[in-house]
Amino acid sequence: MILRLAMGSLTARALTVGMTILAIAVSVALFLGVEKVRTGAKASFANTISGTDLIVGARSGSVQLLLYSIFRIGNATNNLTWESYQNIAAHKDVDWIVPISLGDSHRQFRVMGTTPNFFDRYKYRSGQSLVIQDGELLDDLFDTVIGADVAATLGYEIGDPIVVAHGIASFMEHQDQPFSVSGILMKTGTPVDRTVVVSLEAIEAIHVDWQSGAQIPGQVTPADSLRQMELKPKAITAALLGTKSRLKVFALQRSINEYPEEPLIAILPGVALQELWQIVGIAEKSLIGVSIMVVVTAFIGMVATILSSLSERRREMAIFRAMGARPRTIVTLLLLEAILMAGIGACLGMVLLYLGLFAGQPLIDRSFGLWLPIEPPTIREVKLLLSIVITGALVSIFPAIRAYRMSLADGMIARI
Amino acid sequence: MGAAEPSIIHLEKVYYRWPGRASFTLHVPKLTLRRSETVLLLGESGSGKSTLLSLICGTVSADSGHIFVAGADISKLSAGKRDSFRAEQIGLIFQQFNLLPFASVKDNILLPLNFAPKRRKRVTNLHLEAERLCDELGLSDDLIMARAGTLSVGQQQRVAAARALIGAPPLIIADEPTSSLDAATQTVFLSLLFSQARANGSTLLMVSHDARLSNQFDRVIHMSEIIQTERGMP
Repeated sequence: MILRLAMGSLTARALTVGMTILAIAVSVALFLGVEKVRTGAKASFANTISGTDLIVGARSGSVQLLLYSIFRIGNATNNLTWESYQNIAAHKDVDWIVPISLGDSHRQFRVMGTTPNFFDRYKYRSGQSLVIQDGELLDDLFDTVIGADVAATLGYEIGDPIVVAHGIASFMEHQDQPFSVSGILMKTGTPVDRTVVVSLEAIEAIHVDWQSGAQIPGQVTPADSLRQMELKPKAITAALLGTKSRLKVFALQRSINEYPEEPLIAILPGVALQELWQIVGIAEKSLIGVSIMVVVTAFIGMVATILSSLSERRREMAIFRAMGARPRTIVTLLLLEAILMAGIGACLGMVLLYLGLFAGQPLIDRSFGLWLPIEPPTIREVKLLLSIVITGALVSIFPAIRAYRMSLADGMIARI
Repeated sequence: MGAAEPSIIHLEKVYYRWPGRASFTLHVPKLTLRRSETVLLLGESGSGKSTLLSLICGTVSADSGHIFVAGADISKLSAGKRDSFRAEQIGLIFQQFNLLPFASVKDNILLPLNFAPKRRKRVTNLHLEAERLCDELGLSDDLIMARAGTLSVGQQQRVAAARALIGAPPLIIADEPTSSLDAATQTVFLSLLFSQARANGSTLLMVSHDARLSNQFDRVIHMSEIIQTERGMP
């Protein structure tokens, strides 16, 4: 019955109590949402590349190599010669190797030269392959396959012509080469979405008439004769490789790092991703910090609501006292009330989170490539909800003690 | 304790000093109420009536002296024991604002039984007893599940009376219960209260400033006869 009376008292103050519960619910939903996004982003990030044992490039830092070869951020300081590439490819432990050649761009997107093997070997989200959404893979020398973001941003469809610019953010365009869109990839949530993929030979072809970053005046090789030429690259930017046995990865890495002909580096993608995440992780920590502050704010609001309700409820408490309730009962009543508010708020927050997830999941996946799984609450989340309720009880000790003092002073004489 | 029987209330040499007002003291040399009598305590406002009731109910404790209620010296009980003692022995009615406005009439009536297990045991069927009391006090049946806040002042005072009477506590204390009622309602309310208190064999101690009610009571006590409020150092 005491519980029912506590509920009755709460519903009598439905509006203020409702707003307090809503504040707690929104803060809980936000906190859990940030947790979801955080773990989702971390998983997405770690899933940017999988199935590749080593990334090889000219010697630099491992994070730097990862950034330019996989995330297409920054530039390679140096290239990897074709001879070295072939030497590594011929190594007895190498199962497959895919070259990557970067350096040109189309509008704001990077152009990547590679072999058709790339589409088989590049995996993300624990072993998922790239899927073509429309059109077909590289067939002709001047075919391009574009990522989902490229297609969406520039509104490209199959057969649209593409002009590749030399370098990045450059006005010098390889206008003489008639590239066109042959395929569009499905959204992956990886940097591939923002990449224009061409064949390695195409990269060479567009540079046939160029020297030292400028077009040789008057020299234009027709597209058809380019198709006849044997286009062998002199250098590439990086290479992804897989080993025959995972046990050989470290030995192979060492031998590449000690490659005598030129300074190279081989990195384990997982390890480099971890290193990179530690840098990006600061943002993650600040997100947690902000959402904790939101929860704290909600609780301050709850304490304020309870405190301000105390004066109008002096009479209620005096009646309880007159009927023989101990001051302890008054304290229990207030704690119960806070626990109810925090509990309902926490549950409502959970409901809000799932509603948000159901509504936002496809949108978030489409626009950010961030897949937020809808799963039953994890033990961690349940613990979190419990700690919200416990915190609610703890913070309400302060108004409860105030009520205790008031009811001792007032006794049963209810003064207005 | 044996000396206090068969009185229901017995005060002896009680001194009480209001907190924060060191020089203002309430002194009750002696006051005795017998079981089953109805007593009107007359006094002007500010004469210390409310404080006297608080002392008898045990929500404030005396600085010295003895307060026997139903045979127990409540000045010797701990604060918690006094609270449950009050719940068991005393039914209380205030001037007004007696009820929890958000709770149902029935929950209001049954409220003291939550804190008084012995008193609760005397009631075999809670719902039927609440209904019976409402009926006796002239409240219609359909009101019992209504929210107390929706009732008129007169109806609320009857609910408060039912709450004081439930479980037949030996002592009913009413602090100006009729002052918020009009004359006609006053008379009806009092006669209902009297008949129910008599039926239970309870003592009724009512505080008022209205001397016109005197003829309805077994005994009338003036505050000035029993109390000395003292100014200056005691």
